[in-house]
Amino acid sequence: MAPVPDPKAKRYDRQLRIWGTHGQQRLESCSICLLKCGPTGSETLKNLVLGGIASFTIVDGEKVEARDLGNNFLVSASSQGEPRAKVVTELLQELNESVSGSYVEEVPEVLITDNPQFFHSFDLVIATQMREQDMVKLDEICRSTGRAKLLIIRSYGLVGYLRASLPEHHIVESKPDSQLDDLRLHQPWPELLQFASSFDLSSLDDIAHSHMPYVVILLQAAERWRAAHGGLLPGTSSADKSAFKAQVASMRRTVDGEENFDEALKAAFHVSTPYRIPSEVRALLDDEAAGAGLGPGSDEFWVMVAALKEFVEDEGAGTLPLEGSIPDMHATTDMYLRVQHLYREKAERDVAAVEAHVRQLLARLGQPADSISHDTVRLYCRHARHLRCVRYRTLAEETGPETARGSVLAAALSAGGGGGLGFCGDLPPGSSDAALYVLLRAADRFHAQTGRYPGAPTADPQDDLPLLRQAAMQSPDSSSGSGAAIISEDLLAETCRAGAAELHVVAAFMGGVAAQEAIKLVTRQFVPIAGTLIYNAMSCTTTALEL
Amino acid sequence: MDDIQMDDEERWRDLDLLLTRPGRLVGPGFEPCPELRAFLQSPDCRILCVGAGGLGCEILKDLALSGVVHIDVIDMDTIDVSNLNRQFLFRMKDVGQPKATIAAERINARVPGVRVTPHFGRIEDQPADWYRSFAIIILGLDSLEARRYMNSVVCGFLEYDDTGQPDLSTVKPMVDGGTEGFKGHARVILPGHTPCFECTLWLFPPQTKFPLCTLAETPRSAAHCIEYAHLILWGQVRPGEEFDTDSEEHMKWVYERAAERAKQYGIHGVTYQLTQGVVKNIIPAIASTNAIISAQCVLEALKTLTCFSTGLDNYMMYVGSTGLYTHTAKYEKDPNCPICSAGVPVEVDPDCTLQQFIDHLRSDPSLGKHLSAPSVSFGATNLFAHGVFEAETAPNLSRRMADLVPDDGTILTVNDKRLRGPMRVRVRYSSSMKA
Repeated sequence: MAPVPDPKAKRYDRQLRIWGTHGQQRLESCSICLLKCGPTGSETLKNLVLGGIASFTIVDGEKVEARDLGNNFLVSASSQGEPRAKVVTELLQELNESVSGSYVEEVPEVLITDNPQFFHSFDLVIATQMREQDMVKLDEICRSTGRAKLLIIRSYGLVGYLRASLPEHHIVESKPDSQLDDLRLHQPWPELLQFASSFDLSSLDDIAHSHMPYVVILLQAAERWRAAHGGLLPGTSSADKSAFKAQVASMRRTVDGEENFDEALKAAFHVSTPYRIPSEVRALLDDEAAGAGLGPGSDEFWVMVAALKEFVEDEGAGTLPLEGSIPDMHATTDMYLRVQHLYREKAERDVAAVEAHVRQLLARLGQPADSISHDTVRLYCRHARHLRCVRYRTLAEETGPETARGSVLAAALSAGGGGGLGFCGDLPPGSSDAALYVLLRAADRFHAQTGRYPGAPTADPQDDLPLLRQAAMQSPDSSSGSGAAIISEDLLAETCRAGAAELHVVAAFMGGVAAQEAIKLVTRQFVPIAGTLIYNAMSCTTTALEL
Repeated sequence: MDDIQMDDEERWRDLDLLLTRPGRLVGPGFEPCPELRAFLQSPDCRILCVGAGGLGCEILKDLALSGVVHIDVIDMDTIDVSNLNRQFLFRMKDVGQPKATIAAERINARVPGVRVTPHFGRIEDQPADWYRSFAIIILGLDSLEARRYMNSVVCGFLEYDDTGQPDLSTVKPMVDGGTEGFKGHARVILPGHTPCFECTLWLFPPQTKFPLCTLAETPRSAAHCIEYAHLILWGQVRPGEEFDTDSEEHMKWVYERAAERAKQYGIHGVTYQLTQGVVKNIIPAIASTNAIISAQCVLEALKTLTCFSTGLDNYMMYVGSTGLYTHTAKYEKDPNCPICSAGVPVEVDPDCTLQQFIDHLRSDPSLGKHLSAPSVSFGATNLFAHGVFEAETAPNLSRRMADLVPDDGTILTVNDKRLRGPMRVRVRYSSSMKA
């Protein structure tokens, strides 16, 4: 029972408390390929090496030069002239002895064209500071490996860009910030109702009365209400909710001092609110991949979703399996443990029912009965209300003239201002973070035409404005597909001013974001950004665009 | 280290693009020129990083790679194994060494020309005047109390002129960052302009404590059992012995007693890991969030110093667990803030004693009703304090006000158990004080 001193457990303690040992194991099995190790790539990889990935391979064709000493921590002054990939690899390895690193001295663009097979041995490819045309190709290559997830990052002056690309990402443990307790007070199962009804509150002494868990109080109050309202429960109108709360309050013995009643009043809405399967989960249950599309090659995720669907339609009578845990409640130890036991028992019964459906489905699909473990079934049941699936369009779809989501982009451009949720719309149209998305693509077009970025150190930023403006106008931002983009002159000018500078602070910010997203993709916990992220370091805002 | 023969312009090419070129979205009075980087590199631009932990390591790196040369770092902690998943300047062999010292060594060794000076010690042990010597102070702290202390020191420098406007030369900018798991915040504090820390104390929710009766009589969770062993049983079984959160023996003792109690009550879930988490109030931490928040803080510091881009006004919150969400809020100063407002003016005869001054406050018709046994402090210095420091500060009561508080317009802080929070009072010297 004494603590086992495990050096790795100590080292990773602060992060194990977030994603657990199973999450950590996924990280420790992950092999990553980094393309380009300027500060953006180096900072991303540094954060992941610290977290304990299995291995990394850096692909970079440059030699360490003076400029690197001005923005990259993972090179040393004595390494000037050496291959940058080699230097960064060595310095990264110092951060964590458990991680193995290697490098390839090659220009990543060349590798993409000449040796796509290279990417088949990685779980995650992180491409940094690369242009759109090459990313479209790399996206196709990664998808064809059936294994490599792609993460694209850029730091461009005071702008950051991030985009994951993979066909489908399944999440069981999405761990949303705010989770509603699964108490089922609107539709209690028989054993729970029986338990609650078995107590004669009026016969209890004051201490016992004030230590009755609020679940019991609320269920008894609900029954009383039903008796007086023709068998109906309180509705969701504010009149009903207040009246019900008043009824609960009338069951108190003292005006204050009975904390269990305070808790009951706060939780009273559980009685009036009908059970609802969250819309994201509903969408999963109805998804083709769990229905007509289910076959022998189906991922475990869809088999489980299909089993859950059968449960909902059968034993669940419209509900998902019970989550099984309850919040703390002011009560005696004994009463609390009894309530806790009831919830756990029901949850276990639901797991067993779901498991039966799983076995049947596997048999129908010609899969071995034990290909999905009992623990896995349990995990899905416990997190059933928070299952998520994120699908990513290919970069070809996003950027192709026929398939681009012009109207979505147009709406984002006219919204004005950043803020993530279209908030603070007091900026003029074309000033939003979405405009920066357009400008980054325009900069790539500019580069394709001239061989350099707008405002590159050799040029006067003012001179480059007309060509950049023209390149920005080629963006598909209207439903007709060929409207002229409205981009603010200020942002155009700032893009030229930046001259594609790679500032350490912006690279460090994006390196943090990228590492965070990589961890979500690898551990399959929490929810990755569903589209393109734009970071505007001028306004200190971030915006996600689903294009 | 040896000076590197290196073309500075080549090295700082990326930074110079933003510092030497005119821009549209810039701070007030931005003047693009090579002198801006020269300023960042000069001894006139000394920057203090408070904390050399998860945020501190990142802040030091970000500053050094943004052209800043003269950096001080202060931290009272030593390196622990559990720091190594994110405090990237430290290695296994450094465990037990002072964080500030090792952090400075590593940055100095890696970034040619930078001069990081470490201070291994408590922030309270530095004289307030020392903090005055920095152009900007960046906080990478992990406690509310430490932030409040730094806030009171920095806002203590703030003076107002006769028209009630802040004297710009006394405004010491401060950038504060904080992280917890996937969440974080970065904020810019310009005393007298933006809200200070105290103005927005409500942003930090109070820490929930378990009621003692739950711990003692009706435990229901593993955490209850742990806190019982930690807060109640320890005092009973090992009286007089202070509980040391860093002692493995103490932690093991609590864990075993907690496990016994849990068994007794039929409660599951007591583990050593949970015990540590509950007793030490461990906050989960990862490299990525620290990197993000630190970068934003240093970026804001650069903007404040050079105006090369538009600054954060004034608070950014960050959540990275579901997608990525940031929200920027412009919080307002509390006009009655006891720490950063102009304070209630009080006429004082410079020749009167501190005791007389205190009596004067107590008899004041509007102030007096809040006071029964006030303590008076000046910045971080106690002039007269009830309680622990009473004997030490009692001699001040018979001293002249003008000797204790030389400058007219000085802000004094008055504390009293009757007051909800400290009260700011502005000394106005005149020879005609009402008796």
